[in-house]
Amino acid sequence: MSDQRPGHGGEPIPMLSAEDVSVSLGGTEILSDVSLTAECGSVVGLVGPNGAGKTTTLRVLRATLSPDSGTVRVAGDRIDGLSSKQVSQRVASTPQATTLSFEFTVRQTVEMGRTPHLGRFDRVDSGDRETVRAAMERADVARFADRPVTSLSGGERQRVLLARALAQETPVLLLDEPTSNLDINHAVNTLELVADLAREGKTAVAAIHDLNLAARYCDQLVLLADGAVRAAGEPREVLQAATLRDAFDAETLVTGQPGTCAPLVTALPDREPVDRTVHVAGTGGQAAAAVARLVAAGAAVSVGVVPAGDAAAERARELDCPVVTVPPFAGVDDGSRQRATELARAADAVVAAGDVGDANESVVAAADRVVAVAGEGVPTVQSTRTTVATVEALPEAVAGLAPTDDGAAPPRRVESQEQQDR
Amino acid sequence: MRTHRKTAVWSLALSALLALVVTVSAGIGPVWIPPVDVTQVLLNALVVPTAVELSGPAVDVTTRPVFRFRVSPIQQQIVMGIRLPRILLGAVVGFALAAAGTIMQGIFRNPMADPSIIGVSSGAAVGAVGFIVVGGTLPFGLGLRGAAFAGALVAAFGVYLIATEGGRTPVATLLLAGVAVQTFLGAVVSFLLLNAGESIRRALFWLMGHLKGAAWPDVWSSLVLVAIPFALLLVYARDLNVMLLGEEDAQSLGIEVERTKRILLALSSLATAAGVAVAGIIGFVGLIVPHVMRLLVGPDHRVLLPTSALAGASFLVATDTLARSGSAEVPVGIVTAALGAPFFLYLLRQREVHEL
Repeated sequence: MSDQRPGHGGEPIPMLSAEDVSVSLGGTEILSDVSLTAECGSVVGLVGPNGAGKTTTLRVLRATLSPDSGTVRVAGDRIDGLSSKQVSQRVASTPQATTLSFEFTVRQTVEMGRTPHLGRFDRVDSGDRETVRAAMERADVARFADRPVTSLSGGERQRVLLARALAQETPVLLLDEPTSNLDINHAVNTLELVADLAREGKTAVAAIHDLNLAARYCDQLVLLADGAVRAAGEPREVLQAATLRDAFDAETLVTGQPGTCAPLVTALPDREPVDRTVHVAGTGGQAAAAVARLVAAGAAVSVGVVPAGDAAAERARELDCPVVTVPPFAGVDDGSRQRATELARAADAVVAAGDVGDANESVVAAADRVVAVAGEGVPTVQSTRTTVATVEALPEAVAGLAPTDDGAAPPRRVESQEQQDR
Repeated sequence: MRTHRKTAVWSLALSALLALVVTVSAGIGPVWIPPVDVTQVLLNALVVPTAVELSGPAVDVTTRPVFRFRVSPIQQQIVMGIRLPRILLGAVVGFALAAAGTIMQGIFRNPMADPSIIGVSSGAAVGAVGFIVVGGTLPFGLGLRGAAFAGALVAAFGVYLIATEGGRTPVATLLLAGVAVQTFLGAVVSFLLLNAGESIRRALFWLMGHLKGAAWPDVWSSLVLVAIPFALLLVYARDLNVMLLGEEDAQSLGIEVERTKRILLALSSLATAAGVAVAGIIGFVGLIVPHVMRLLVGPDHRVLLPTSALAGASFLVATDTLARSGSAEVPVGIVTAALGAPFFLYLLRQREVHEL
């Protein structure tokens, strides 16, 4: 994306950059040494918990707030050396909430986006009107062009403000929570529009609440927490469970979004972690769900034997669980079976989920305790050692078992709980 | 073009209304003069310049009347000498107050803002009452009106200075500083009135707002003091539209917010001061006329500002006609408030003016 730009020797100048920006408001430090760059033609997402400083960062980037220290540059020019008008010809922004309480029509409101290009005695001409019309079309507000903005819903107003920013015709677009009031259809359409604009050469920086939308539509993410940059880079580098735990003080599960290559972040409720080692034997979606549920609950999970490419194998790989795989349709060799059996024996419990299959019966048989996942075709391995639980209830079912004292547990991947010390 | 046509149509219609109101008003009084006769007198006053001569330092302009209607000299004297200066002064004052009210409501994004929100009227009151009570002479030959005008500007500038810190003037601070200064100046006026003795009646009459005793020089001086700021305000109408979105938004659309606010405050305070200095404190014109016009033409100041001003002129001429046509003259400020407040309440209930 951004690296396709021709660089005429040396580093290309980023369209927008902030260097070591610090801001204090009323004696409280809101931003400390925030640096970020947005290359020409890229979408940069600002993510982070409430109060992390996303909006403040955008205010600094659009020069409505001057930082105590640090510099912001637009296309190489220091923004504090530009007049309001010059900034407004380079940077357009949509605010998070605007009190559009005066009864301007949608068209009048969007037309105000032309202000930066009009001299004091200029009038809006046909070229301006055409720009306004095109902006309204793109933001999908043309059909209420002559309605007062006060009569629109929150989401419709948000799109009107986007249209106003488009009418500004600037190389840089700053968006503060552009989708916070939008339904899923308009949220996706809005971000698709932003992505299109970036492909046309605009540079966008957007504060986005929804990590998954951010992951899907941004080329780069900047994770802010407590006014500092915690991580920056491509979505899959930034959105990692450990980083997110640190920034949001919350447990998350990071997997892949179906249909795209972007990461999918699922927030998990605060619970006591399940301090057990569990081996999951089984294949298919149900086994994958069981793995995710158990990892989310804090259990150390191993998986096998599964064919490579199976849903359970994929999920285990995404979540860094030890997994024993065999090539698909090739049958299970003894070595793999042996390794899986060892993992099962070492675990506190074995979970039989989905299609356990003949190959895994010996794996299940090696376990002291078996939790079978309720559902199709399960209780083939029923015995006195077996309890049955739904996927949802798996952590409770596993936690309810007394720990076994034999064998070494597989390597635990749960990080220390240091964030709880604060 | 669309906006422009709308402005032109509304302004023409309201100018016609103003002409009608002026004509009818000039006929009303102890001696009734039919509108046709008034029209003829007014048309006779129209002149076109025929020659301009430079004789030394002076410029001699020779003029020629356009119309030569046969009118009675008494009617001529009543209309041109007595009624018209007062009517035109009323029109100028109403024009100024409504225009300034429109601007203040826009700057403060607050429907309760009026031309005196930053203390212009209170300052004028201290200047005028002080002059009446203390008497004496002022430097530069300033009379009552000069004292009121100076007081108005000093108060407005003081409020501005109090509310400004580090080059920024937040409107919330400005509003509160305005309220505090108005309260303080109100106390000063009360104190002056306590010690007014003989002159208390004159002081009270001024405070209630009236156009009695207007003469042509007052008309010309206030016309100049109102027309210049008004013309400049028109240039800033589009900027004020953008400011309605909020100051931060306006800045990101390229408006130099603080500078624009400063200019708008200064110009509208100047116009208000010019009006208040000649007419005393006339309430409600600057509050209610912009409101009504906003309901009629919408919030775009390119349309709203000229139409409000013209409507304000008509409104004040009409109310002043009422004020002077009873058996005893009533200060016009009482009439505007007595008519304006119920109408405002009616609008509040009827049109749900809970937001601008």
